[in-house]
Amino acid sequence: MKIHEYQAKEILRKHGVVPPRGIPCFSVEDAVKAAGELGGTVWVVKAQIHAGGRGKGGGVKLARSADEVRTLAAQILGMQLVTHQTGPEGQKVRRLLIEEGADIKKEYYVAALTDRTTQKVAMMASSEGGMDIEEVAHNTPEKIIKVFVDPAAGLTDTQAKELAVGIGVPEGSIAQAVDTLKKLYTCYMETDASLAEINPLILEGNGNIKALDAKFNFDANALFRHPDIVEYRDLDEEDPAEIEASKFDLAYISLEGNIGCLVNGAGLAMATMDTIKLFGAEPANFLDVGGGATTEKVTEAFKIMLKNPAVKGILVNIFGGIMKCDTIANGVVTAAREVKLAVPLVVRMKGTNEDLGKKILAESGLPIISADTMADAAQKIVAAVA
Amino acid sequence: MSILINKDTKVITQGITGKTGQFHTEKCQEYANGKHCFVAGVNPKKAGESIFSIPIFGSVKEAADTTGATVSVIYVPPAGAAAAIWEAVEADLDLAICITEGIPVRDMLELRNRMKAKEAAGGKKTLLLGPNCPGLITPDEIKIGIMPGHIHRKGRIGVVSRSGTLTYEAVAQLTEIGLGQSSAVGIGGDPINGLKHIDVMRMFNEDPDTDAVIMIGEIGGPDEAEAARWCKDHMKKPVVGFIAGVTAPAGKRMGHAGALISGGEDTADAKLAIMEACGFKVTRNPSEMGKLLKGLL
Repeated sequence: MKIHEYQAKEILRKHGVVPPRGIPCFSVEDAVKAAGELGGTVWVVKAQIHAGGRGKGGGVKLARSADEVRTLAAQILGMQLVTHQTGPEGQKVRRLLIEEGADIKKEYYVAALTDRTTQKVAMMASSEGGMDIEEVAHNTPEKIIKVFVDPAAGLTDTQAKELAVGIGVPEGSIAQAVDTLKKLYTCYMETDASLAEINPLILEGNGNIKALDAKFNFDANALFRHPDIVEYRDLDEEDPAEIEASKFDLAYISLEGNIGCLVNGAGLAMATMDTIKLFGAEPANFLDVGGGATTEKVTEAFKIMLKNPAVKGILVNIFGGIMKCDTIANGVVTAAREVKLAVPLVVRMKGTNEDLGKKILAESGLPIISADTMADAAQKIVAAVA
Repeated sequence: MSILINKDTKVITQGITGKTGQFHTEKCQEYANGKHCFVAGVNPKKAGESIFSIPIFGSVKEAADTTGATVSVIYVPPAGAAAAIWEAVEADLDLAICITEGIPVRDMLELRNRMKAKEAAGGKKTLLLGPNCPGLITPDEIKIGIMPGHIHRKGRIGVVSRSGTLTYEAVAQLTEIGLGQSSAVGIGGDPINGLKHIDVMRMFNEDPDTDAVIMIGEIGGPDEAEAARWCKDHMKKPVVGFIAGVTAPAGKRMGHAGALISGGEDTADAKLAIMEACGFKVTRNPSEMGKLLKGLL
């Protein structure tokens, strides 16, 4: 689960990491008021959307007067902010963060994430703060330093110091940087984050270390023990089809193509999408109905797929294990009738009660195209929509 | 022969009294030598009772000491699953198989480090398969997990995969063209897990009754690339490889917690290229895995 920058900074603040003072706002009036409350002569008006690259996209601006705050807030609030992570249609800005200005002397990058290879927490740091870290990793990998933390020991002083010194934090600010890194690690573990990133972490003119930007992602499996983080969820930032699917315990992801697919199992679902592409078309979605699909779930899955106007045909690929093919066949027939299916439907069924399932489909009187293999199914649906 | 388990393996079921545990224990008992393999269940609140004639014990240790079981299968719900695995590790079992999907990553991270610390201190090494996996099967001998038994056939091909239904797909293709399996192993779709592709490939390489292997992976993480590089230098048997997720967009979790492209060598294309360079026969058409393998024999 993703959250906004201002929410990430709230979490950091709770754990003792210092961000600039700031106030989240939902209207231009709020933004002007916030600037007044913060005081000072320079403010930053920051668009709050879940995607990165907001600055480059024009969603982060500096204001030097209350009037300028008003103008910029009006400009940014409601805009379709396009970044390299939003896609060409962009994301509508509905929230702002108004922050006090900072005296930036140097920008660093620090982050915590789980490393699959070592099965430890990787604490990463770089002297190249404020930039896209993937570019840094690609162009100058030597400028990224990593230490691996055993959760039983936690991030040690020695490790934190290795990072701080390694990225060139000046002597007088090392203690503060070490403290910040240790708190970032604690925060990462305590919140069950999957990524906790401060980019940039800045050195101010007076030697203080501050978290100028922050990004947190959380492990969906652990949200059950973090009701406070679940509160941060912003449904405006999520795909409505994915939200709808999650209500029925369906794993769904919208894609760009025109063939809807309904599959059981995540790996088989991806393999089905890949096979569609192999035969010259593109999948419209990823959809895993899971191990315990009922008629209701299958019907909802059809409704969700068909809400996408791009869908010109549907491919159902089921490997019956625990889930029996006849159960799925009944679900498909019921769903096709209920949604008055008007696009071609290819069904491939394999495994437990396969013959019974095929019989139900054949006797339904519906124009369902049956297929034997995944490749056969993909070829048939691609031909049907061509 | 086979890898990890055979008809003489004695198994403890943790979470045997839950709905999922009951359902699958019955199916496992019905499969091949299952009646003799599934010898104990664990539930501290129901110790002394029995289910499907399987005695229930208060702890894994007690179950292992009494029955001589060396393997455990775990259906415990996510919040308590890591603790259940640790109980199996503390009881010094040979292998713990965790079927449970949805365990918090932090729990697995802490557990894996504790397991490694125990080994480093000279304690017995317990292998972990999973979590979030279908389990494993040695056809006609024993099935531990949730896979449909009837699609398998005894034979000499090994199958290893992160995905359950994709494993079944490969197995069914093999069975259909008359090739049986030595063992089929699901290592699970989670980012922090126990046995990885490389570990299972090592075992298949050493198993005298495995002639060739189908290795199936998916987007996310470095495991398939690591296994492929190991195979390049050590694998004596032909391998067919497939990676799911060529069409998966970056940054999206594709159902499995571990199926997420986060940069570098973890895309399907990158992994396919590495596997091919390491001598695997790779395919982009998952319907051809069985046929391709037959061509290599």
